[in-house]
Amino acid sequence: MSAAQIELAGIERVFHLGDSEVHALRDLNLSIGAGEYVAVMGPSGSGKSTLLNLLGLLDRPNTGVYRLEGRDVTTLSPDEQARVRSERIGFVFQSFHLVPRLTAAENIALPMVLAGLPPAQRTLRVKQALKDYGLENRADHRPDELSGGQRQRVAIARATIMQPAMILADEPTGNLDRATGEEVIRLLEGLNAQGVTLIMVTHDSALGARAHRQLMMEDGAVKQDIRHATQATPCAVPT
Amino acid sequence: MRSADLIRFARDAATGNPLRASLLVLAMAIGVAAVVVLTALGDGARRYVMNEFSSLGSNLVIVLPGRSQTGGFNPGNAITNTPRDLTIDDAQALQRASAVRRVAPLAIGTSEISAGGKLREVMVAGTVSEYMDVRHMAMAQGRFLAAGDWRRGANEAVIGAKVRDEMFGSGPSLGQLVRIGDRRFRIVGVLAASGQGLSMNTDELVFVPVSLAQAMFNSNTLFRILIEAHGRESIEAAKAQVADIIKLRHEGEQDVTVITQDAVLATFDRLLGALTLGVAGIAAISLAVAGILVMNVMLVSVSQRTGEIGLLKALGATGGGIRLIFLTEATMLSLAGALVGYGLGQLAAALIRLLYPTFPAYPPDWAVFAGLATALVTGILFGVLPARRAAQLDPVQALSKR
Repeated sequence: MSAAQIELAGIERVFHLGDSEVHALRDLNLSIGAGEYVAVMGPSGSGKSTLLNLLGLLDRPNTGVYRLEGRDVTTLSPDEQARVRSERIGFVFQSFHLVPRLTAAENIALPMVLAGLPPAQRTLRVKQALKDYGLENRADHRPDELSGGQRQRVAIARATIMQPAMILADEPTGNLDRATGEEVIRLLEGLNAQGVTLIMVTHDSALGARAHRQLMMEDGAVKQDIRHATQATPCAVPT
Repeated sequence: MRSADLIRFARDAATGNPLRASLLVLAMAIGVAAVVVLTALGDGARRYVMNEFSSLGSNLVIVLPGRSQTGGFNPGNAITNTPRDLTIDDAQALQRASAVRRVAPLAIGTSEISAGGKLREVMVAGTVSEYMDVRHMAMAQGRFLAAGDWRRGANEAVIGAKVRDEMFGSGPSLGQLVRIGDRRFRIVGVLAASGQGLSMNTDELVFVPVSLAQAMFNSNTLFRILIEAHGRESIEAAKAQVADIIKLRHEGEQDVTVITQDAVLATFDRLLGALTLGVAGIAAISLAVAGILVMNVMLVSVSQRTGEIGLLKALGATGGGIRLIFLTEATMLSLAGALVGYGLGQLAAALIRLLYPTFPAYPPDWAVFAGLATALVTGILFGVLPARRAAQLDPVQALSKR
C-alpha cells in the first residue's frame, strides 16, 4: 500500500522497574495501511499490549516517530491526542470496560457525550447502533444485566459510534466462550470489511490465522510479518 | 462535553454510590446547620438584649454626675476635681431645652419600710410623676406619684409588686400607711410586676416624691436625671442641649456625663455582634472538616473509579475534561449538603423559637450566605486535589487495573 495509515519508525519503549530497564519495544518499524486486518500475536511480555497502547495514543514512545495518517502524533499535546483518540480510534477491551452505572444506550453514547455532540444526533446514532448490533431490547439494561457477548457488542458499538478510522482490540474474545467469541469476531471482521482498519491483539492462534496479516512479536520486536493475499480460510480448530 | 451532559454524568456518578454520597452530604449539612444554628443563637441573644434595652424607655438620655473622661491626667483636675452635685434645679432647668419632652430626676437611697409590725429594707427612689412616662411603667393598682411642684411632695408612696407581697400579703395595700425611715407615707399605687429583665427591677423599689427622699437622706444631690427626647432623631440634639445647660449652670465646667441609650445599645450591639461572629467562626471549622472529608471521599472515589477514568481517557476525554467531571461532582455534593444543612439549621432555629418564644433565634442573612458560600468553596477547593489526581492518571495503568 502506498499511503500507509500507520507508520512507526524506530520506536523504543523502555519501562523502569526498580533498577532494571525493560525494553518493551525495541527499534520497531512498522507500517499498516488503511483497511488492513492485523493480528498481533506473541507470548506475554513480548510487547503486544504496549504496541497497542502506543497505536492508541494511550502511551508515548521513548524514541521514534509515529505517523498517523501522515501526521506525527508523538509530538502532539495530551489534549490534541485525546482529540485524535476521540475521532480516529476505537478501543475494544478484553474486560469490556463498560461503565456499570450507565445503561447500554448510555455506554454507547459515552464517546459522543465526551466529544460534545448534540443530543439529537446522539440519540439517532445510538438507535442505529443498537439496531445494527441486535441490542434494541437491551438499550435500558445496565452492564450487569447483560451477557458477556452482549457486553462486548455494547463495547464494540461504543468503539464504532464515532466512526473511527481504526479499531484497536485487546483480546476481545478473552473473556468470552467460543461461540460468543466467534460472533464478536464476525462483527469486527464485518467492520473491517467496511474499510475500518482492525488491529487485534490475541493469544489465540486460530483467531490470529483469520487475519489478513499476522505480526508475531517476541522481546519487543516483530519476528515475523505474515501477509495473506486472500481471505483467511475458516478456522479448523485444533483443540 | 456539554454542561448539561457534564451535570448529568456527575449526578449519576454521585448517586451511583448512595452511601458515599449521603455521608458526604451529611457531613457538609452538619457544618452548614451548625453555622446557621449557632449564628441564630448569637444573633438571637443580641436581639434579645436589644429588646430588653428598648423596654427601658425609648429616646432616653441619662445625665450622671461626675465626668468620665479618658483624656489623661490634667493638672487642673487635681485641684478642681470635686464635681458639683446634680440638683433638682438642674433637672428643672433641663425642661426648657427644646429637644426635651420630659425630665425625671432620680434620687436613690436605702431605708426601711415598716407596716403592721413587718420591717423590710428597701431601695427608695425619689422621683416625680414624669418618671412613669419616661420609663414606660405600668401600674397594677392605684396611681403613680401626683404631679405638682417638685420641691414639695405629699407623703405618698408607690411600691413595687414584691414589696407589696411581702409587706401586705394578700391583704389590701392601697391607702395603707407605712413608715419609711422616720416618715409616714400613704400608699397610693402598686407597680405592675416587671418580671425578670436586664432593666432595673422595679419590683423591690419604693417610689416617693424626690423632695421627701432628699430630706430623708439629708442631701440635695440626684443620682440621675432621666430625659426623654421628643423623638429618635432629636436624641443627639437633646444630648447637646442638656450638656450645654448643665455646663452653664455649673460655672462653665463640664462635670456631668450625658449618655444616650443608643450609645449603650450600640456597645451591646457591637459586643454581641462580635460574639455571633465568633461562634460563626467556630462553626466554620466544622465546615473545613467537612471539606477535608469531601477530599477524602473524592480521593477514594478516584481510586475506586480508576478503570472508568482510564476508559474515559481512551474514549477521548481530555485531562481537563476529567478534572471538570470530578470537580462538578464534588461541587454538586457540597451544594446538596449545603442546602440540606440550611434546611436543617432553619428547622432547628424554628424549634428553638418554638420552645423559647421570647428568644428571637433568627439566623442573620450574612451568616446564612457565608455558611453556604464557605461550604461551596471548601467543597470545590478540597475537590481540586482529587480531580487533579484523576486527570493525571496514566490511562494504560488505569485500564489494566481491575
